[in-house]
Amino acid sequence: MSTDALLQVAGLSVRYETDHGHIDAIQELDLDLIRGECLGIVGESGSGKSALLLAIMGLLASTARARGSIRFRGTELIDLPTRAFNRLRGARLAMIFQDPLSALNPYLRVIDQLSEVARVHLRCARREAERRGLELMASVHINEPDRRARQYPHELSGGMRQRVMIAMALMAEPEIILADEPTTALDATVQAQILSLLHEVRVRSGASLLLVTHDLGVLAQLADRVGVMRAGRLLELASCEQLFYSPTHPYTRELLAAMPKLRVPA
Amino acid sequence: MTRGVWIAAGVLLLTALCSLIVPAMSSYDYFTPHLELVSRPPSWTGGHLLGTDPLGRDLLIRVLWGCRISLLIALVASFMSVLIGVVWGATAGYLGGGADTVMMRIVDVFYSVPFVPFVIVLTVLFGHSLWLMFVAIGAVSWLDIARIVRGETLSLKRREFIDAARVAGAGGARMIFRHIVPNLLGVVIVYATLTVPTVILFEAFMSFLGVGVRVPLASLGTLLADGAADMQAHPHLLLAPACMLTVLVYCFNFLGDGLRDLLDPRRAR
Repeated sequence: MSTDALLQVAGLSVRYETDHGHIDAIQELDLDLIRGECLGIVGESGSGKSALLLAIMGLLASTARARGSIRFRGTELIDLPTRAFNRLRGARLAMIFQDPLSALNPYLRVIDQLSEVARVHLRCARREAERRGLELMASVHINEPDRRARQYPHELSGGMRQRVMIAMALMAEPEIILADEPTTALDATVQAQILSLLHEVRVRSGASLLLVTHDLGVLAQLADRVGVMRAGRLLELASCEQLFYSPTHPYTRELLAAMPKLRVPA
Repeated sequence: MTRGVWIAAGVLLLTALCSLIVPAMSSYDYFTPHLELVSRPPSWTGGHLLGTDPLGRDLLIRVLWGCRISLLIALVASFMSVLIGVVWGATAGYLGGGADTVMMRIVDVFYSVPFVPFVIVLTVLFGHSLWLMFVAIGAVSWLDIARIVRGETLSLKRREFIDAARVAGAGGARMIFRHIVPNLLGVVIVYATLTVPTVILFEAFMSFLGVGVRVPLASLGTLLADGAADMQAHPHLLLAPACMLTVLVYCFNFLGDGLRDLLDPRRAR
């Protein structure tokens, strides 16, 4: 276990209780997130990738039980009291959601949502918080931030909304950014822009990025290391090159083989 | 649609203004009996546009006074019930678990208190007063709003932006009042405007039983009750306040619908 790990997940299990017995979303998962790296998690639907992020952020539904250990800089996050968690969330751990439309409050203007993070965590006054919000909007390449800031989420395009989400995540300069399929809800061309923005942002801020997706292409572009999940277990965790060029687990090979090839035959 | 809202708002405003201004300017008042003018039918020329009641008092003035009292009770009591209902319901829904159970069982207990005896006991204890009507009606009508708001809050809580707000570090009161309550606004406003006519009817009911507004002060409820008693001989005594009540209730309903549309930011402007 590396001493440089920001986030250490050990023996994590997440179990959902339902009326028809229980479902194990994650079983005995071990994972380290190193400072400044981009760790990609890939897996099919239902493999437990999203449950992993929810467990880290303490957002699991009340019907779910997490066991094991998730340590952030030595602080145990599992069963951390809400009050303590609220100080971490948004400030040191940030999250980017899959669908930015449903993840933004429809009744709040963009600038109000952005500045909320600054007001809660940085204890900024309103004006200062809004100034920072505008700066961040510019830094995630939103044109005319002054005008956009006064609009409501439904008035922005999908890509624009995801930029707002990213700006929100960056507001308090977090050490870890979790991204749950940040490009799935977007058009292909916008996906590419958002990916390059995520890369830019990570390099600039030095934050670690835990990126969950079912798109191997996304990971090939962004990730330093890639983990493959299936049925709640982490099957393989390797550097990006190693995983793509010499996968060890049969499932990883299947996954790679299933990728559509767009190369022109030589 | 928007035009309809303005018309409804205009009619309500006009009614409210008339009920304030006309009685003040008229030479008639709502309480002095004129025994030589008993139960006159409506007429353009007789000086009493809507006629007079069995005590010879001008019906127009009494209807306008009734509007004033009914609107006052309705608005104050509705405001109180919305305030209490939203805070209670949103808090219960947001906290969930044991707190939710306890808070909603308290609502159930209030529900099972029989309203009429409750108000009668209150009037016996504290005497007749307008304030009592505010408190009594407000205390009962917040229950529905609390239930509705709690249900809405439960469903809102599962929306992703609430998770997102939690991820942004919002918790407790900020979560409730900044993220949940604004999203309840549509429901609350519609329900509040539906509460206003209900409260007007509540008040009429209480006045009919004699525990509401006390004579000679009139509300639309007491006027309706008086009119109903004499409706075969003098139908105008019933018709005038009934029409007034219908117009008010209709306008409040229309206003509620329109406001919901206007306040929805997703609606194209």
